[in-house]
Amino acid sequence: MLIWLILVPVIAAACIGLLKTPGRLTALISAIITLALGAAAILCPECCAESCTGTFLGMPTQFTLALPLSRIMVVLALLVTVAAVAGMKAPSKDAERSWAISALLISTGAIGAFMSDNIVAFYGFHELALIPTFIMIGCYGRGSRRTIAWTATIYLGLASMVLLAGLLLLCVQMHAWTFSGLYASVQAGIMPSTPCLIAGLLLAGFGTLVSLFPFHTWAAPAYASAPTPIAMLHAGVLKKFGLYGLFTLAAIFGPKCGEIFGCWNNVLLVLLLGNVLWVGYVTISQTRLDDMLGNSSVMHMGYIFLAFAAYIAMNGNNELAFQGAALLMLAHGLTIALLFLLTGQIEQQTRTLELDSMGGLATKLPLLGFLFGLAGMASIGLPLLANFAGEFTIFVSCFAGWTPGSTECTGMLSCISNLFAGLGPVQLALLFALWGLVISAIYMLRAFRRIFEGEVGRASARATRLSWLDIAAAVFLAFFIVLFGILPPTCL
Amino acid sequence: MIQNLPWLFLLLPLVVAAIDWVCFSKRPCVAATLSLLSAAATFALCVAYLLGLETGTPGTYTWMPASVEQLNLHLGLVMDPLAMRMMLVVTGIGLLVHLFSLGYMKGDSSNLSRYFAGLSIFMFSMTCIVMASNLVMTFIGWEMVGFSSYLLIGHWFHKDSAADAAKKAFITNRVGDFGFLIGILLTLGIFGTMNFAEMGGKAAGIAPAMLTVTIICLFCGAVGKSAQFPLHVWLPDAMEGPTPVSALIHAATMVAAGVYMLVRLQVSMGTAAFTDTACMVIATVGAITAVLAAIIATQQDDIKRVLAYSTLSQLGYMVMAVGLLAGEAAMFHLYTHAWFKALLFLGAGAIIICCHHEQDIWKMGGLAKRMPLTVLCFLMGTFALIAIPGFSGFFSKEAILDAALAKCPVFFWVGAGVAALTTFYMVRLCIVAFLGRARDHWAEHAKEAGATMLLPLLVLAVMAIISGYGFIADWLVPFEGFHAHGFSVGLPFYVSMGALVIGLFLAVAIYGFGKRGNDPLAGNFISRALRNRLYIDTLYDKVLIGGIQEMFSHVVEFIDAACIRGLLAQGLAWITTRIGILLSWIQNGSLRSYTVAAGLGVVILVYILAFQL
Repeated sequence: MLIWLILVPVIAAACIGLLKTPGRLTALISAIITLALGAAAILCPECCAESCTGTFLGMPTQFTLALPLSRIMVVLALLVTVAAVAGMKAPSKDAERSWAISALLISTGAIGAFMSDNIVAFYGFHELALIPTFIMIGCYGRGSRRTIAWTATIYLGLASMVLLAGLLLLCVQMHAWTFSGLYASVQAGIMPSTPCLIAGLLLAGFGTLVSLFPFHTWAAPAYASAPTPIAMLHAGVLKKFGLYGLFTLAAIFGPKCGEIFGCWNNVLLVLLLGNVLWVGYVTISQTRLDDMLGNSSVMHMGYIFLAFAAYIAMNGNNELAFQGAALLMLAHGLTIALLFLLTGQIEQQTRTLELDSMGGLATKLPLLGFLFGLAGMASIGLPLLANFAGEFTIFVSCFAGWTPGSTECTGMLSCISNLFAGLGPVQLALLFALWGLVISAIYMLRAFRRIFEGEVGRASARATRLSWLDIAAAVFLAFFIVLFGILPPTCL
Repeated sequence: MIQNLPWLFLLLPLVVAAIDWVCFSKRPCVAATLSLLSAAATFALCVAYLLGLETGTPGTYTWMPASVEQLNLHLGLVMDPLAMRMMLVVTGIGLLVHLFSLGYMKGDSSNLSRYFAGLSIFMFSMTCIVMASNLVMTFIGWEMVGFSSYLLIGHWFHKDSAADAAKKAFITNRVGDFGFLIGILLTLGIFGTMNFAEMGGKAAGIAPAMLTVTIICLFCGAVGKSAQFPLHVWLPDAMEGPTPVSALIHAATMVAAGVYMLVRLQVSMGTAAFTDTACMVIATVGAITAVLAAIIATQQDDIKRVLAYSTLSQLGYMVMAVGLLAGEAAMFHLYTHAWFKALLFLGAGAIIICCHHEQDIWKMGGLAKRMPLTVLCFLMGTFALIAIPGFSGFFSKEAILDAALAKCPVFFWVGAGVAALTTFYMVRLCIVAFLGRARDHWAEHAKEAGATMLLPLLVLAVMAIISGYGFIADWLVPFEGFHAHGFSVGLPFYVSMGALVIGLFLAVAIYGFGKRGNDPLAGNFISRALRNRLYIDTLYDKVLIGGIQEMFSHVVEFIDAACIRGLLAQGLAWITTRIGILLSWIQNGSLRSYTVAAGLGVVILVYILAFQL
């Protein structure tokens, strides 16, 4: 059954490409069908046996929803795909077809990667999804699209190479080529012989794919340049591939994950602070909405890496970190997708994304202002919206299992140093990372202020009205952001 | 089922806010009615509980399950007197403000559904803080009140000043929340719990330095929310919001949340957790705020700004009392202040509406003759604020001064000085606005406010007078086992009477009885400094935000773009190109070099084969 989650969009893409059916409509139908299928597979586990490893045309397929993160990530991919194809705005009919095909392929690649038990397939699906991303940026991007597309290609190509090396080493040393096989090997007591090398390769590879500092500079220009549905799908869904991989492997190693990833944990803590603080300040200085959102997406990855570090530091005995990361990945995916969707609509209405030339847009389009405000507030972690649940759980998880050091101390100074001596590297990193809450409030509110509030600016005066499909696509995502904010889907 | 009735306090306003916003955005009357009804319902429910309605302990909901019990993130409600009586203040004033808003916002062209939805969100979030059974829930409410305050300050968002003020309020609060969140996490670390009910007695075995750091971090949250120095800058700007909002959020309830939170911590952790150093920091910050704000208030001309600085100054009093471990006195003052300050703001709102949105007191004048009832109510609030014996503010201020004298006389004298300043600026305000002749066209034609505005004023005026007496205070002051002390004439009484007389005398001596058309104190450099808020806002805007933050972010951006992107990406590209050029040399198309290479290869092969290497 799970194979249909892959086949339906591929067939739809083939129809659009070969039979020239209308791009947006076909893609939308396919997205809705896959959403329904996916919902059925997740909500009713009996419909899909324990691991879903069925056969297709006599060949065994190794798709599974049994991996700890795969259900939540598949949900994310399915939801964002619907909104991305529904809200698509291509310049021409032909362009619409290629946009729709790319969107479907990216989504297929992501879903395939999140469901694969086989590690080579897991890797291959992601590579498949990257190709349309590059092509779309190169052909339909904003700004200096060729340079940006090539930069991203080089970065991600190199990262994939490093990652492949890491995965191959891991699989060879563990004598297993599937996630379930790896788990069995770990249970049998087999451990890789060069853990630090493997962890380094994996962190560098996966990290670059998730735009870990200092390998982040490809991301913001790529998102800013990419056509709206591509930016939504890549920033929202595909980018989570790296974190998905790290967390899945860490969960497989369970209590032994510290032996693998532990040797890089302190380095990772410094790098993720680079994401939160350094990129945070880069975000503040942006003057275009798309650049700002691209950077903000890079910045928020820091918190998920923080959850990873907390998980490793506790040797996997930190379920809150895992849960918080899962929730934040889902929430961030939905939020950033909605923000990019609305950015596309703002650009279409005002024909600019320069923050200073807009203003007062909420007076012209109150609904757009409301939705952008909701997404912006969600992304800066307002309670009752999805991101807060994830962020807060991660913060708490960093202090899980921490107890203050020795209680005897003499004098104020020695006591303060004692307190900091009691704080481990994860806790200290968290204290710094919390400043990111202030940073994100500054840039998001500033952008909202400049775009939507104040006098109606020159560009805002051009705004007319949104089509109902635009609104539907945005409301669809907004609904889930609110829903998951009030009732965090901890069961997934 | 019935024991879960208290959850209505939270759910009702939230649901109403959502319905207002989503379903009735085009029908403000329905939205307003719904909000009003929800406020009335929660008020009625609150009164029922205070009258002794027993429904049992409300259930808790595990929001984020974890297998380790102490890490479970629960949502639960506390129903002790501290919470329920505070709820009465919140829902009571909330109801009156909803009512007042009907009159105040009539004829406003902005989206009123959004306004009332904002009020309902605020009621929800404030309830969340007050009834929270743990710090997670407090934090959720904490952030949500900040959001509703953002929403309502920026209600007229097409005005640049309102939009900027809203942004400033939210970000300043976030700075405080940064510390608050650290405090919450440290609390979890050192107490092993975030539930108020489980914190008691755990402070004993913990190093004082850790307690100090934790308490000060938690206090940061109160510094932001209760607008204490140095994060006080957002509150005066918040006056850009509609006046009923200023009354409810920025005077009576939300800004008092910091004080409430500190008292809640003192009650549940025990005062032993508040180490001497932490208390000293808290009391000093409170005292600085009280003095600073009172001084600035003496030279403000905008009626709402005078009241805003007065709020700051009174909040400073309360925080000082918390720092002196006099939580009871702090809550007493919070409670009386809520009534009389809401009254003052709503009175100011009525005046502003009747003078056609004129807020400058120097353009008013002679209002006592034209709107006597409103002015009378306003005077009742003023008397309570300047602590004339017999009015509610007198009793609570005495309680704080008594506590200060007992614990640390320095704070007593600071409090007395602030009392004199308070009398001075309030009497100045009343003289200029209400006496003499009208100095502006609109003030000349001002008429009494309508019934929806007068009714809340009258109710609040009654509360401003009587709420300090034992028969009502014992029943309503949000503190477990509160008991209004028998009042005795002693040093605090003489000193505060002296302060009152000095303030009154100075104000009358300088401003006469309303004959003057301008401020005799204006024009010198002290006055200019005070009118510019002692340049603190300017310092933040120009140096911290415009200078350091902007410069830092631009430098970072430059390094990011030039070095990291440049060196890594371009460097990689450069290396790749070089390797390419190097390698292209071996296939340069020249037959001769191919032959040479091939020949060399043969020689090497033969060499290897021949010598069996």
